[in-house]
Amino acid sequence: MTIDTTGDAPPIVPFLKRAANGLPYLAGSRCEACGHVFVGERTVCAKCAARDRMVAVRLAETGKLYDFTVVHRSFPGVKTPFVDAIVDLDDGSHIKGTLLDVDPDPKTIAFDLPVRIVYREAAPVNTGGKPYLTYFFVPA
Amino acid sequence: MSDVYIVGVDMIKFGRYPERTVPSLAAEAALMALDDAGLGIGQMQALYCGNLGQAGGMVGQRLLAEIGQTGIPVTNVANACATGATAFRDAWMSIKAGVYDVVLAVGVEQMGKGLLGGGAGVSTEGLIGSGTMPAMFAQIGMEHTRKHGTTFEQFARVSVKNHFHSTLNPKSMYRVETPLEQVMAAEMIAYPNTKLMCSVNVDGSAAAVLASEAAVKRLGLMDRAVRVRASAMSSNPFAERQLAMPDFSAATRLAAKSAYEAAGVGPDDINLVELHDCFATAEIVHYENLGLCADGDAGRMIDTGETQLGGRVPVNVSGGLLSKGHPLGATGIANIYEVATHLRGAAGERQVEGARLGMTHVVGGGPGMGTACAIHILEKV
Repeated sequence: MTIDTTGDAPPIVPFLKRAANGLPYLAGSRCEACGHVFVGERTVCAKCAARDRMVAVRLAETGKLYDFTVVHRSFPGVKTPFVDAIVDLDDGSHIKGTLLDVDPDPKTIAFDLPVRIVYREAAPVNTGGKPYLTYFFVPA
Repeated sequence: MSDVYIVGVDMIKFGRYPERTVPSLAAEAALMALDDAGLGIGQMQALYCGNLGQAGGMVGQRLLAEIGQTGIPVTNVANACATGATAFRDAWMSIKAGVYDVVLAVGVEQMGKGLLGGGAGVSTEGLIGSGTMPAMFAQIGMEHTRKHGTTFEQFARVSVKNHFHSTLNPKSMYRVETPLEQVMAAEMIAYPNTKLMCSVNVDGSAAAVLASEAAVKRLGLMDRAVRVRASAMSSNPFAERQLAMPDFSAATRLAAKSAYEAAGVGPDDINLVELHDCFATAEIVHYENLGLCADGDAGRMIDTGETQLGGRVPVNVSGGLLSKGHPLGATGIANIYEVATHLRGAAGERQVEGARLGMTHVVGGGPGMGTACAIHILEKV
């Protein structure tokens, strides 16, 4: 796994994008009617049902660990254990991801741990080793 | 509007039947429910058939090909883990609407072993957390731990209880007691759920014959009838973290509120509950979602045995999804079979004494999909 900045590996999910200079970012939407910030692009607010009030934003890259589990059994070929985390980003959005650089022991992982987002290339289990651009959480 | 009654209900013993077909499993339960009512397929005015694995396969029509092609309308239903209960509710609604007065509802599923979850396309598993069902419900448990300090041991006690209950149920897939130490020491799947805290993928089917009050009287079946006091459903209302972690609690609370209101009863009036214990962690959060205890009190409730057979409100005396098994499309009607059997006073060794009102609950969905919840309140006649 190497730190990716300007490589051409395709993003693993649609809300992970590259800016014109090649640097990755997480795309989100903010509803101008109710203020909710969503991960990904959308045109209608799922919270208040406002239409055409969504504006595209770049999501925050720091936040706090809201919830997690340590996954020991996954689909064939997936390396375990890993920490499946739910993070509350500082802009109020909520995002799922894998938390790296912590001991995968639930007793040592604290709720509300400050984290930040890092972008890296990694190979999904079903792409024959072809790398994709993805994001991870690490302790801030 | 007429009250709606269950006049026949049954399920096959849940297990692994790889040599059978889905329609043949469905046919077996359908005939058992018809026999329980003393009626024939010729008296059914419509069929509502729930199945997930072959949702595009017209399982209801294939079921009729095995038990009698009478030409009745067939509605095939798929709605995640609420599939069977949704078929039952559609049957109930057709009678409520006055369209039919005797109908059949069937739920069936044939499953492989292994983890459920994930999706098509490039896999994000391990890179963007996990899409497995165990991980999803592990986080739901950990959120309860975050809010209320619920412990691994308290979650594990759910499995101890439900595995014990299943020893009293001849239709359960597994009938083995598991002491607390064994549950906690089993293979960790996704903390805090060990293998013994995950429901069992099995094959199964269950069916119910529903009738209007006039039909029950005409057919002379009131002595075996169970009244449907409420049928409620919901989808996931907006929840703050829904897109990051599927929310099963808000939908359950919404459906529970409508069910209690429709029945004109409260949680304290319920004598037994079959709820959706797809994982041990799920049972704990649903105690609170269904109003069986105050928020934050579920850990204490499992510790004090209030939900065990003989306790204040026994939960999952069938053994639950954890031990009886969870054939997705059949589970919703199997839960109705269990509660109806207690209300008829016919549950044998596991009978909840004096049961007058019982509740069934299923809730399903998945990452990036949404939630379907169905709740029924049944009453002894």
